[in-house]
Amino acid sequence: MAASPAPFSLSASTVPARLRAAAVAPLAAGPRRRGRMVVRAKIREIFMPALSSTMTEGKIVSWNASEGDRVSKGDPVVVVESDKADMDVETFHDGIVAAVLVPAGESAPVGAPIALLAESEEEVAAAVAKAQELANGGQQQAPPPSADAAATPPPPPPAAEAPVAAPAPAAAGTKGVATPQAKKLAKQHRVDLAKVTGTGPYGRITPEDVEAAAGIQPKPKVTPAATAVAPPPSAAAPAVGKVPQAAELPPVPGATVVPFTTMQAAVSKNMVESLAVPAFRVGYPILTDKLDALYEKVKPKGVTMTVLLAKAAAMALAQHPVVNASCRDGKSFTYNSNINIAVAVAIDGGLITPVLQDADKLDIYLLSQNWKDLVKKARAKQLQPNEYSSGTFTLSNLGMFGVDRFDAILPPGQGAIMAVGASKPTVVTDKDGFFSVKSKMQVNVTADHRIVYGADLAAFLQTFAKIIEDPESLTL
Amino acid sequence: MMQSTAAVSISASSVATGAARSGAARRAGGVRVCGLRGEALACPSLRISPAAHARLAVARAVANGAVGGSGEFDYDLVIIGAGVGGHGAALHAVEEVGEACSGLKTAIIEGDVVGGTCVNRGCVPSKALLAVSGRMRELHDEHHMKSLGLQVSSAGYDRQGVADHANNLASKIRSNLTNSMKALGVDILTGVGTIVGKQKVRYGVGFPDKEITARNIIIATGSVPFVPKGIEVDGKTVFTSDHALKLESVPDWIAIVGSGYIGLEFSDVYTALGSEVTFVEALDQLMPGFDPEIAKLAQRVLINPRKIDYHTGVFASKITPAKDGKPVLIELIDAKTKEHKETLEVDAALIATGRAPFTKGLGLENINVATQRGFVPVDERMRVMDADGNVVPNLYCIGDANGKLMLAHAASAQGISVVEQITGRDHILNHLSIPAACFTHPEISMVGLTEPQAREKADKEGFEVNVVKTSFKANTKALAENEGDGIAKLIYRPDTGEILGVHILGLHAADLIHEASNAIALGIRVQDIKFAVHAHPTLSEVLDELFKAAKVNSGLSHSVNEPVAA
Repeated sequence: MAASPAPFSLSASTVPARLRAAAVAPLAAGPRRRGRMVVRAKIREIFMPALSSTMTEGKIVSWNASEGDRVSKGDPVVVVESDKADMDVETFHDGIVAAVLVPAGESAPVGAPIALLAESEEEVAAAVAKAQELANGGQQQAPPPSADAAATPPPPPPAAEAPVAAPAPAAAGTKGVATPQAKKLAKQHRVDLAKVTGTGPYGRITPEDVEAAAGIQPKPKVTPAATAVAPPPSAAAPAVGKVPQAAELPPVPGATVVPFTTMQAAVSKNMVESLAVPAFRVGYPILTDKLDALYEKVKPKGVTMTVLLAKAAAMALAQHPVVNASCRDGKSFTYNSNINIAVAVAIDGGLITPVLQDADKLDIYLLSQNWKDLVKKARAKQLQPNEYSSGTFTLSNLGMFGVDRFDAILPPGQGAIMAVGASKPTVVTDKDGFFSVKSKMQVNVTADHRIVYGADLAAFLQTFAKIIEDPESLTL
Repeated sequence: MMQSTAAVSISASSVATGAARSGAARRAGGVRVCGLRGEALACPSLRISPAAHARLAVARAVANGAVGGSGEFDYDLVIIGAGVGGHGAALHAVEEVGEACSGLKTAIIEGDVVGGTCVNRGCVPSKALLAVSGRMRELHDEHHMKSLGLQVSSAGYDRQGVADHANNLASKIRSNLTNSMKALGVDILTGVGTIVGKQKVRYGVGFPDKEITARNIIIATGSVPFVPKGIEVDGKTVFTSDHALKLESVPDWIAIVGSGYIGLEFSDVYTALGSEVTFVEALDQLMPGFDPEIAKLAQRVLINPRKIDYHTGVFASKITPAKDGKPVLIELIDAKTKEHKETLEVDAALIATGRAPFTKGLGLENINVATQRGFVPVDERMRVMDADGNVVPNLYCIGDANGKLMLAHAASAQGISVVEQITGRDHILNHLSIPAACFTHPEISMVGLTEPQAREKADKEGFEVNVVKTSFKANTKALAENEGDGIAKLIYRPDTGEILGVHILGLHAADLIHEASNAIALGIRVQDIKFAVHAHPTLSEVLDELFKAAKVNSGLSHSVNEPVAA
């Protein structure tokens, strides 16, 4: 039962900045709803300590002090389990434990606040309010949380903190029976069970009711109970877990949710960013018989088709620097001093673009050597950032799969990307009207139209085609 | 003297038979010191076929000190109850070549099903359910899976499939037990056994009319779930482990009355299958039988993170099954003041408040034996004591029925001990060497004294007690499995190195405890066992760690060659 990670990620993201401040000016409870009134009060946070040099997060084993207890400096207030041992943690200040932010059994990263210590009785309320705010923020995570629950638009369920309205007491007329997990969740999310309407059997309060009251949308993560009921055959096990509340994007039943790896997340981000670039595409057919012949010749020397294409592109780029440029601010051309050809490579569960640097200057043998090293590193996930992010132009080749043509999406920070299809025997007519069968491949270039115009691309492609169709220059 | 003469001649003849038939001598020349308290006997034990017993009758009579010849009794040994205790005793009786005799003619009387509680309604089917719960837990622990680099789509279960697994396992083990007894020549008599007089048993189904005589009788009738007053068991919504093991339903919310082994194991099963659990414990602490430190950690690992809450220091004074559109109602009263505290409304209640001896109808009154709260009073040799405190000759009681240590393997060990005695070798079982285990995830196991018990004993007897502990977090194999939760603690005497108790909570704790229990049984001390080598990386190094960490003051015994009988 993974403890809800929401509060932790919150602490990690929003709190550290505040950590150093010994006393924090908290939000005080307003008369009607929690306002944004600032009160000067001494409220200290008790942090998750680093108990060993390798500790990054700690689990609260138990609280020796509970909310409302007065503690003095040096008192062991909490037992923390690190990666190595359990240890008593002492408080550095006198005060009243106003709010426990991380209950026993849960973990928090080192440095995250795990409780609030109020200096005097008067500040307890303020501290509690602050704790509420932290907790609410944790649950809603993505949108900057507004402290007033009533104003939060999407979750309509009976607001937990809403001032006792007329209908509430009537609804709460159920005897207040709550299941063990419901009680646990209520404590964790500071939900007053008296104000929750039970929807379970015999009107009992279920964990789902508490989550609804706390404004938590049922996430696929809360599945353990629900999945137990997933297979229908268990007829005698009626409804283990209730029908989840309508969510915005309900999880597909039985589907597997696999989070992105870091690499996949990066790809996703880049792809979305590309939508901001006005890209266009120009295609060009190229005959490759001579290139194929050359390839056969240099293949024994370790030269791959990828390198030949990269070299050809680099040579063409040298003549058309605008295609090797990029538009970084929407106002100017950035001409790159080097021609670095990034080549898209599919690797296990992702895509990476090792870069052949100075592809125009190095000969194909050296490039081949570099390419071999890069691929090996890419497979081992050992590429250095400059080896995959320094490209000025990208080459993507799906020809080996028999793809005859495709469009590529322009990666951020580059002016153009070339998509190479398979070379196929095709009947062509020459200018004299003679038919012959030649190998032909389709090349499509996607470019940023802010800096590269159609004629530029056409000219670049013409040069590229010339090099490919008369490839002797590649070996120079 | 007479006995030993007989032994020589018998051994000589039986060696030929036994060796010829079984092909090899079992434990030939082995030194037997197991579980003995002082009387370390060394005798060669050899296997012998049941057919040989007739020829050995004379020697048996001599060994038993019984009057008359072999023809006087129908059986050498009659066991009432074919549970694990009776089975263990029966097997040992027909197999064992004693110092002076062997291969007792043995019958076992069973009024229900062979295998008793353990096999049919206890340890065995519950292990099947726990095997399922362990896997469900793993599959649902996303965090755990992820840290191993595994991705699993949501896991579900089919209740009937799980129930079938438990049921199939029970029938399989039951037939194994039956076959093993039949194969070795144990007569299985069907019906309820009643002692009608000295060395005389009547049995039969319905109207018991068959009477047999036996030189020795072992009562091994076991126990049934104990249901306190005020609790109405309907078998559907309020039930005992007997019903629960059939897994006819998985309630949304179940109250478990009692937080001992049974309750704890069922909480593991039910929460893994999606139920929420509420414990009702009469004592002030959960898991009262456990070493307090282990109980504390168990609560942290097995209770707090799960969908479990609990009420301690309360009795369930009244439990009403669900009916007329009402849920199960449990009235809680304060254990001390007896004041009404609260009424729980749940979907089901499992009564796991312990077990009561099943000794009614045994006819004990016929031989002047009075049970104590249902238990048959016995001495340290399992000999039944009559109402005047005298030993009833040739009558023994083992297992749950005597209440000494209500564990299946304890019953079996007691049965073997009794057979040893009736075949002429005095034997006293050291109950402190009997391990116990609770098969939660992770498991809990223990042997010997708890820390408070050890300290109390130390105070009384004037010795010192030391405790060493280690964490599963320090064990490579546990970390490889990503199962670092758990501790092991060793309680020992620093002056002698005697092991007083070992308690483990952690991965495979139930399997790990035996190194400690064997050490206690054999009287091996810390300063000796610490030189024993453990394969790396294994969980057994958890114990190795303990033994090596223990500091013993006396530098006397450093021999690793000779086991020391403590």
